[in-house]
Order: sequence, then structure tokens, then C-alpha cells
Amino acid sequence: MSHDHDHHHHHDNELDPFAARVRALETILTQKGLIDPAAVDAIVDTYETKVGPRNGAKVVAKAWSDPAYADWLKRDATAAIASLGFVGRQGEHMQAVFNTPDTHNMIVCTLCSCYPWPVLGLPPVWYKAPPYRSRAVIDPRGVLAEFGVTLPADMKVRVWDSTAELRYLVVPMRPEGADGLGEDQLAELVTRDSMIGTGLARQPA
Amino acid sequence: MSRHDDSGFALEAKVFDEPWQAQAFAMTVALHQKGLFSWGEWAEALSSEVKKPDAAADGHDYYEHWLAALEKLLAAKGFAATSDVDAYAAAWERAAHATPHGKPILLENDPQAHAPG
Repeated sequence: MSHDHDHHHHHDNELDPFAARVRALETILTQKGLIDPAAVDAIVDTYETKVGPRNGAKVVAKAWSDPAYADWLKRDATAAIASLGFVGRQGEHMQAVFNTPDTHNMIVCTLCSCYPWPVLGLPPVWYKAPPYRSRAVIDPRGVLAEFGVTLPADMKVRVWDSTAELRYLVVPMRPEGADGLGEDQLAELVTRDSMIGTGLARQPA
Repeated sequence: MSRHDDSGFALEAKVFDEPWQAQAFAMTVALHQKGLFSWGEWAEALSSEVKKPDAAADGHDYYEHWLAALEKLLAAKGFAATSDVDAYAAAWERAAHATPHGKPILLENDPQAHAPG
């Protein structure tokens, strides 16, 4: 290795090893014509700015407001969600699991980090981390308590394990006192965690 | 697992901590769309990385596992050999080193000029 450049030079530009490997992959795949850097940038933009839990909140608010839509969502969530323009590109099917006074639903991916991207965007860090992935199934009530959610003792908790092919969306219960609110106002009550099942919908102000 | 971070939607939150994480994520999505692997194959590759016992409990190393999974899958399928990735990564690091601050880092800036491979 030749070191003939000026040592007073400021070596401010450092790539950390991960960044360098990503660039290396990009170089190789671009040279082989397997990847288009512009398409990659467009995907980043989509997930940074366009896809997120607001999508899911619209789905839930519509289900709260429109019984026919709720019924469709129950029977064929993939189609009902796609009708609002939220479509997955990973070939996954969607299933909506509805919370009821008897049953609370929670989603996890014990395998890796499968998550309903089109409706919730990318998962929060804790969803992808080992403690949640291992404990959600074994001790869902303990996990819920850490999120500040305490359920009545006689309420069942169902945990749904996502896969590459099937992703779940929790439809939280519509809060009391939300009568007369429009879909946009209802959507404001729907939090990301309420659609994972580690939270409940907000109470109307 | 951090509990009460439900203050807002991910649209306001930062999705990626570092640009390379976004690039690694988006390349995976793009390569799947191009049909280089099925999403099931990807989930399996990612799973075998994130289930390693040294995975951090706070999940901060998630995209490091993601990148390792992508490299292994692409190597196994013959799209990017590990030795090529090593060589180009070294070239990129040299290029970064040789690029004055404030200028874009280009692979051509690698003082060992002719690219590997």
C-alpha cells in the first residue's frame, strides 16, 4: 500500500465499515445492471416520507366509521387495505385482527421483523429487538405492562406471529365518547402502538 | 424494550439512524422487486442473523444484521462474491480517505486507482 500523500492532509472523510460495504454492494450490483441507484433512492424516499402509521390509522378510522368497510376488512384485509391505496410489494397478505371487549390482539415477528409496512411503515426499534420478539409470545401481559397497558384479568390476549407471507394489523377498539367524530378526527386517535397491540387508541379530548 | 415511545407517528420520527441503513434496506427491496430472491428467502436470511446470541437487546445493531444477511444471500446466489465486496469496500474506504472534506466521495478517488474485479 503506498502512502505517498501529504500527511498534513485532513482525513475528515471516513466511511465506517458498514457504509463502505453498502457502497461496495451498490457498486457491484450497479455494474452488473442488477440495481438502479435512482430506484434505490426512490425506495428510501418512500419509506422515509410516504409510508407510515398514518396509513393504518386511516384504515382503522374507516373501519370504525363504516360497518361495510369493517366487514370487508375482516374478510379480505389485503383487498380492503389496497382499496385505500396501501399496497405491499413483498407479496404479503394482510389480516386485520379486531380487538373486542373479550379479546386483545398483539402482533410480533418471532422469526425476524416482519411487519405490515404498507400500513405502519417500518417497525420501531423495540419491535425488531430480541426482548420483544422472545417475550411477546411467552409473557404478553408482562410486555403490555411495560407499555403501560393493563387489561382486565378476564380479557383474552391473542398474539399473532407475522411471517414473510402474512402480516397482521390490529384494529383497536373505538374509544368511548368518539361519537360524532369524522374519519379524520378518528384517525388522530389511532396510534401506531394501538395497531401493534402494545397500546390502546387515544381517548378523545 | 423501550416502552412509551408512542408520542408520534413514524412519519415524524427518524426511520433510519444512518444513510447506509437506508441504502441497505432499499437495495434489498429493489433486488427483491427485480426477482433476485423471494421475500421468504430474505426473511430466512435475516432471521438467521438476528437470532444470533450476540444480537443487542436494544436492537441498535439491527441493520448490521440486515447487511450481513443481504451479503450472505447475494453471495450464496452468486450475485456478489464476498471477496469482491471486501475489495470494493477497501477501495471505498481508501477513496473516502483521499477525498478532501466537503467533496463527494467517489470511487475514482481511490489512490489505488484501477478498481478490483
